[in-house]
Amino acid sequence: MDVNEALLKYCLRLGDDAMILGHRLSELCSKGPYLEEDIALTNISLDLFGQTRMMYTTAGEIEGKGRTEDDFAYKRLEPEFQNVLLVEQPNGNFGNTVARQMIFSVFYYHLFKELQTSSNEKLAAFAAKSLKETTYHMRHSCEWIVRLGDGTEESHWKIQDALNDIWSYRHELFEKDEVDETLIEAGLIPDTVTFKAAFEATIQDVLDRATIEELEEGWKATGGRKGHHSEYLGHILPIFQSIPRTYPESKW
Amino acid sequence: MLADKIASIWKIIQTIPDPEIPVISVVELGVIRNVELTETETLITITPTYSGCPAMKVFEDDIIKTLEEKGFPTVKIKTVFSPAWTTDWMSEVALQKLLDYGIAPPQKGTNDKGVLFASGPKEVPCPQCKSKDTKLLSQFGSTACKAAYTCSNCGETFDYFKCI
Repeated sequence: MDVNEALLKYCLRLGDDAMILGHRLSELCSKGPYLEEDIALTNISLDLFGQTRMMYTTAGEIEGKGRTEDDFAYKRLEPEFQNVLLVEQPNGNFGNTVARQMIFSVFYYHLFKELQTSSNEKLAAFAAKSLKETTYHMRHSCEWIVRLGDGTEESHWKIQDALNDIWSYRHELFEKDEVDETLIEAGLIPDTVTFKAAFEATIQDVLDRATIEELEEGWKATGGRKGHHSEYLGHILPIFQSIPRTYPESKW
Repeated sequence: MLADKIASIWKIIQTIPDPEIPVISVVELGVIRNVELTETETLITITPTYSGCPAMKVFEDDIIKTLEEKGFPTVKIKTVFSPAWTTDWMSEVALQKLLDYGIAPPQKGTNDKGVLFASGPKEVPCPQCKSKDTKLLSQFGSTACKAAYTCSNCGETFDYFKCI
């Protein structure tokens, strides 16, 4: 695989992760547990959509065929999306939402810290910009984990269950295939192995403060990076893409 | 003179308000990074505050409309992401205007950039009664760039412009 092709795919993957999670959080608009939290979740969603736009626009430039951010967002089907399965999992209760967010934000926080020194100017700029936003997202979800875990008996078992349910979805974030290997070899992206221990230490710190017991290892969820998704993505896209599917030539 | 024309462009953009916080201009906010002018084109380089900030599109349209009305050649907007925008680029004038408008300005040089569990700057004085007895209500306020605080003295809930 040549570097350019790998770079295109990598940008789309980062964009897909951000977009699908951004959409999931947008589903909570006006349904948050209380006003401030409703606003927090949708603000995070907005940041993720901003990050998506940066990555899709960059992907379009790399590809050089005139595809725009909207083409990538609205004119692809499930198998073409290469987001991790983590981000398409349902919002569930508030504990499920913050557990999913914590794993995502802690991973991306560590990735962006490394990626901001990439020799690829676009990736470096994207990572430096997104890191500032992701730091806030991470703090938000980590504080909630502690508050719920170290809260009432009911909030404790609910967040413990939520974390147990989602924990096995983390593996996929660290997977590597030809796309990653090509870019690691070219020195454009960090090897996720280099910050895996830091990722685990950050999470362990949060779990300890939250009095969460050791998380259960379930089956190792995988497939998203190959376009093999859980059934949820098939329900997300028809809603997300409903306008362009109904009026294909519509313009904003 | 080219330099004069460029200076006049800066002066004109200075009058374009931030759509969310109309008391400060896009120049004072620090999102205008460069102004270039040729015979046929006016190129304005901007950087977003937050990557998903919906106000950016409004800035762009306002800049294009205002400059073209003043007779400048085809106005184009170039968006750059590096170096990433920081609240340190907001002018002193802008900080004072924020305060007068009822938004607590970013506390320069305070340590609210801690990673896990930092609870924000030590003191965010209430823009209404100036009391320092305030507390963080939510990391995310009315827009992505602000946090919500509440004043224990006068009871007012106010926005604090977060440091990034």
